[in-house]
Amino acid sequence: MNKLQYLKIIYILFKKELMSYFNSPIAYVFIGVFLIVGNWLFFNTFFLVGQASVRNYFSFLPWIFLFLAPALTMRLWAEEKKSGTIEFLLTLPITDWQAVLAKFLSALAFLTFSLLLSLSIPFSAAWLGNLDLGPVVGGYLGALFLGGSYLALGLFISSLTKNQIIAFILGLVACFSAFIIGADFVLANSPAIFVPIMKFLGLGSHFNNIAKGVLDSKDIIYYLSFIFLFLWLNVRVIERRAWK
Amino acid sequence: MLKGAKLTMIEIKNLTKKFGQNLVLDNLSFSVAKGEILGFLGPNGAGKTTTMKIITSFWPATSGSILINGLDTVGNSLATRSKIGYLPETVPLYDDMRVFEYLKFVAQIRGLAEGKIKPRLKQVVATCGLTKVLRRPIDELSKGFRQRVGLAQAIMHEPDILILDEPTTGLDPNQIMEIRDLIKTIGREKTVIFSTHILSEVSATCNRVIIINNGKIVGQGSPAELIGKYGNLEQAFRELTK
Repeated sequence: MNKLQYLKIIYILFKKELMSYFNSPIAYVFIGVFLIVGNWLFFNTFFLVGQASVRNYFSFLPWIFLFLAPALTMRLWAEEKKSGTIEFLLTLPITDWQAVLAKFLSALAFLTFSLLLSLSIPFSAAWLGNLDLGPVVGGYLGALFLGGSYLALGLFISSLTKNQIIAFILGLVACFSAFIIGADFVLANSPAIFVPIMKFLGLGSHFNNIAKGVLDSKDIIYYLSFIFLFLWLNVRVIERRAWK
Repeated sequence: MLKGAKLTMIEIKNLTKKFGQNLVLDNLSFSVAKGEILGFLGPNGAGKTTTMKIITSFWPATSGSILINGLDTVGNSLATRSKIGYLPETVPLYDDMRVFEYLKFVAQIRGLAEGKIKPRLKQVVATCGLTKVLRRPIDELSKGFRQRVGLAQAIMHEPDILILDEPTTGLDPNQIMEIRDLIKTIGREKTVIFSTHILSEVSATCNRVIIINNGKIVGQGSPAELIGKYGNLEQAFRELTK
């Protein structure tokens, strides 16, 4: 299979997955909740602080994603298993990597689309005052990396069960754990020798760096490795057919 | 038909499948020639579905090998999968899609050339009698139509081999006749393996029958041979799978 054909198959699967998002009410509920909660939390404090800054928004975005990312990934494998369509999918002449990548990319595309709709927030801030662009660009970039990591983890968990609700709850717990181990208030109460490791492993601490507008290759490599690790584990689960 | 001219399409050698301690397929060996319609019979739990899942690369075998047109299903899985059309017993379909969306997706993912997709879709839709339901969401289809969509999906890429797991269960007599005719038409040039519990179907469509029980072949031959030996197929089935 040459590279172009390889990518074409991913693209065909990706399109189909993205279409199922918009065919089901999940997409609209997701976007609705995301925009309402996001805007409400932002404007709630925006006028109190009286500063044209979006730092606030990006400080609670990881917490919104914590609920929304597993909601996007929960059905991706669990539903295929429950309805049996996985038997159709995996007997097609496609590789397990193509199937996993297509599902991951469709969830990422959907998350990116929702993030684009939330651009109204920095635009309003810029209209009302003098907005510093660095943290905005950094915030969105960080949100994409963090969201991608949540999605890779959630997708992997969806491959472990037939039950969407279980996939959602376990996904939420797993994303929460991965996020929280690097958070300041956890680090403050942890034994000092573990602090550097926990800070490095936590999804949150890397997000804070990028959201400040500081783009460090260390953080980007961390996120890409995290995503790759869980996509790789996902492929291992799928190729073992280990859900019977 | 000349015996020497027959091309072996599927060759199963010493196929064994265990689930834990449970032996489902026990050293199963048989081959199927091009242009053959093979009826796969056996009581529930005999290993018919398991064999089909292994031929289609959905499950790995515990030991043994399967060659599709000379290619191994483990080492050349992508190549062998592209030669096979498969309708699983449960007829899994993407319920949230419409019939034409789903069939178009199947045509694309099966790698049909861009210009060939439309004519092929038209052909398949006509063959399977799906014109009336093209715009309907799949989850609103009746059992009969679901089965036809499943069949349309399986024949979309004009596969050399068609594997159908109980394709006629749950259908009314008219639908059964239609599917039977379709299998016969396809079986003229291709290789078909299908499992069924309806024994009259076997004598109507198959050139050859394999009866398995507890993961082993207990009888095989043409329907005429089996009928000659046991009186009728019911009797053959009863005696061989006791």
